[in-house]
Amino acid sequence: MTEHAWIAIVSIVMAGLTMAAGAMGAAFGESRIGASSMDAMARQPEAQGPITRNQFVALAMVESTAIFCLVVALILLFANPFAR
Amino acid sequence: MIPQVFGEEVMAHAGPVPITATMVTSTVVSLALVATGTLLARLALVRPESRTASTARLAHGALERLVVDAAGTRDPAVSGIAVALFAFIAGSAMLGQLPGIRPPTANIETTSALAIVVFLAVPILGVARRGLRAYLRGYFRPNPLFAPLHLVSEVSRTLALALRLFGNMMSGHLVVALLVALAGLLVPVPLMALDLLIGVLQAYIFTVLACVYLGAALGAGEST
Repeated sequence: MTEHAWIAIVSIVMAGLTMAAGAMGAAFGESRIGASSMDAMARQPEAQGPITRNQFVALAMVESTAIFCLVVALILLFANPFAR
Repeated sequence: MIPQVFGEEVMAHAGPVPITATMVTSTVVSLALVATGTLLARLALVRPESRTASTARLAHGALERLVVDAAGTRDPAVSGIAVALFAFIAGSAMLGQLPGIRPPTANIETTSALAIVVFLAVPILGVARRGLRAYLRGYFRPNPLFAPLHLVSEVSRTLALALRLFGNMMSGHLVVALLVALAGLLVPVPLMALDLLIGVLQAYIFTVLACVYLGAALGAGEST
């Protein structure tokens, strides 16, 4: 095994693990946001508009962690600075 | 074939300026939006009772209400920036559905430029509307210890704006490209619909976040 083959193997495995961990954390967080906003809407149906708006903003905040993981995984796969 | 995720190839050179596909598509989106806006504004003046003018007024009212709700204050500059951002991001998401065209926002340079517009608009608008002293005092709220945190958050939220839009648009485009390569006809259609939904949703989120940041710079909701 050459050095480059090792770098490729480690990059691919770590890209998969990065996506797995990032998606898990974001999924837990987003499910909690969804559940509690449903709860709030059921309690106060007249406040549906502001709740939905804030829910989307919160979802975007949480999802950006998963997106950061995606960007890191893509850097590992397609723009790896050590694989040249 | 290795997909081009970061950066892209130069198509042509106009003098010393390299021209890429993203520059062409983003210019097309901008020109189409400017042309549509100009036509609709003229139509609303010339024939205010027509159906198109009424639809345009409805859309304008909905966007204005969204901006005012998110920013917490009514300001023409905030509305202009926010509606322009929304129209550009949603328009490029729709343009990206055409075959062979990569949406301009699936490029990290474009999204960084959009985020830098917001990053620069926050202090400029804040100083212009509230004065330098009142704007700078916002950094020392609620306690002077918070000043470094405010500075870090200015940079990190700009980075998050750019990377969130880039990641969403590019990943949707990449998934559709992979499915086209693997499965071919009709299989990518549901994912393309999801991609379109996510594109418009990201435009909404980018706009709302920009409004929130600009509204905070204008001091909306602060007990002064």
